Amino acid sequence: MSSILALFQDYTFQTVALGSTLLGLISGVLGSFAVLRKQSLLGDGVSHSSLPGVVMAFVLLGSKNTEVLLLGALVSGLLATLLIISIVRHTRVKFDSALALVMSVFFGLGLILLTYVQKIPNSNQAGLKRFIFGQASTLLQRDIELMMICGLVLLALVLLFWKEFKLVTFDSDFAQSIGFSPKKLNLLLSFMIVLAIIIGLQTVGVILMSAMLITPAVAARQWTNRLWVMVTLSALFGAVSSVAGTAVSSLVPKLPTGPAIVVCVSIIVVVSVLFAPGRGILHRLYRRRKNRILYKLEGGVPNGSAT
Amino acid sequence: MAPQLEIQIIAVIVAVACALPGTFLVLRKMSMMSDSITHTILLGIVLAFFVTHDLSSPFLILGAALMGVVTVWLTELLSRTRLLAEDAAIGVVFPLLFSIAIILITRYAGSVHLDTDSVLLGELAFAPFDRMIVGGVDIGAKAIYTTGVLLLINLAVITLFFKELKLATFDSMLAAVVGFSPALVHYGLMTLVSLTTVGAFQAVGSVLVVAFMIGPPVTAYLLTDDLKRMLLLSGAIGAVNGVLGYQLAALLDVSIAGSMAVVTGLVFLLVFIFAPHRGLISALRRRSNQKIEFAKATLLFHLSNHENSEEEAAEAGVDTIQVHLRWTPEFTAKIMRSLEREGNIRLLDGLARLTDEGRQTSIRNYNTLFSR
Repeated sequence: MSSILALFQDYTFQTVALGSTLLGLISGVLGSFAVLRKQSLLGDGVSHSSLPGVVMAFVLLGSKNTEVLLLGALVSGLLATLLIISIVRHTRVKFDSALALVMSVFFGLGLILLTYVQKIPNSNQAGLKRFIFGQASTLLQRDIELMMICGLVLLALVLLFWKEFKLVTFDSDFAQSIGFSPKKLNLLLSFMIVLAIIIGLQTVGVILMSAMLITPAVAARQWTNRLWVMVTLSALFGAVSSVAGTAVSSLVPKLPTGPAIVVCVSIIVVVSVLFAPGRGILHRLYRRRKNRILYKLEGGVPNGSAT
Repeated sequence: MAPQLEIQIIAVIVAVACALPGTFLVLRKMSMMSDSITHTILLGIVLAFFVTHDLSSPFLILGAALMGVVTVWLTELLSRTRLLAEDAAIGVVFPLLFSIAIILITRYAGSVHLDTDSVLLGELAFAPFDRMIVGGVDIGAKAIYTTGVLLLINLAVITLFFKELKLATFDSMLAAVVGFSPALVHYGLMTLVSLTTVGAFQAVGSVLVVAFMIGPPVTAYLLTDDLKRMLLLSGAIGAVNGVLGYQLAALLDVSIAGSMAVVTGLVFLLVFIFAPHRGLISALRRRSNQKIEFAKATLLFHLSNHENSEEEAAEAGVDTIQVHLRWTPEFTAKIMRSLEREGNIRLLDGLARLTDEGRQTSIRNYNTLFSR
């Protein structure tokens, strides 16, 4: 117990935990929209697609500041999203195929740029790839401030456009018919999701970022049919699993933070899918059993046990 | 054989081997499953390594391929509960398995060369160094043979079970009714995808596997409606991408895998923009044609509605039509010019009037629209 108390007073732990909690919160909120719009895997796609932007930003601006690299990541993530959206809009190619294609091509472009950068003498390019793959334990106070600003902007936007986003997510035809522009709102929402993904990149990395976006939202979805409850729960799940994951990874030696967070949040999903009231598997089994008994009581013959 | 040639041969073989199962992935809307599998096979490799303690053991490949199938199974299990969408199920399963793999590696296998980079970013440039030696004679790069076997397996399975795959892909209900088990076909196909992914990532790295598996089939999808043709086309496009990608990499001296992925993207972009019938240009042109056709029909209806009525002067005036239909003056003028040229309307005394032919066209439009 005392080791846990000591842990929570540790400065490094506070920084990392605060960073991942912020991330869990933000991605929980925006992930809800991504999951409801059936764009869950956008996180995976965008985070892979940000590699060329990171390298380009480094080449053009010659700096390895977090802000510069994040800006590059943001630009190429957005470009990839726009490409995916326009492929889906103008051809019969489905969202998943467009996503897989664009993401692998962008990542390939990133690899090309990386090999190109490595040839520049004294380019000090080390760590660019590491940036994409994430390292929560290297978070700095400055990074946290950046995350906080971005997070506040994103949350404010979500609150401001709450009813618009709700409408577009559930019935975009109706939204259009009463005068909103689903195209613009979708674009704004995608832009916000991309921003959330990008600020998560350096904490948990490219692969685990997609989990942070989807998993809390999927878990929250099981407990409620109301959007605001889902978004709140999802933010809560994201934040809780981030703290838990960071704590576990600090207490257990040689346990990487990002994967630990993902395991924590996955446990929440499994629990939710099994035990959520109303929707969960256990409740479903119980209801089925109850129905069978009721049916029997009324003199019917239940399925499978005829004669 | 020159290493350059060998690399290109390997690239072509891998590209074709990936494009074949990839075609079905694209058609079954499961493209992201390839991405998922490329990540989870790491767990398979790690687990198999813990059993064998040998990095060169063939069981690692087996473990990887098995884990691919397990991934599919877990994803199906989750999405079959209908508590979450299929894409969300993919997004829940693969990060979890990948995280477990990374935790296992960092905790128990830190000293072994088994890092994420070596799995995620395979290097085609080194493939020719690994030789196949039979009876003391060097008969070429090992990867040519391993990927060659893979290609043969894919070709054989897809030719043998072509009609089963086709039926289960396009109409799984019918497949079940006539007695092919769609589930069996599904898992068969996913085993193939898993095997191909494992075989290919050693040669080219996992991100390129996704590019090779999805890129050419998506490109071919915009060019044809015929499954056989789509398979052939995607194989051919994949091969071309591989060769062109290598040439580009050699020219610029950059990552081979990356440049093949980029060429795949460029070829798709070309087809996306210029493809007949399904490309961007023809889609935009068709849309603007539809808009004009619709406007013409609207104007004819409008005129025939108000023909010989009291308000005709107000409704059908050359300068007032745009107000009633809420069109811009330019658009109205364009539509009227076009209708006049076709002989559907006549402009008389500042009024637009239907000709006999225009009346007939309007009735015809009405019938095609409303008589169902």
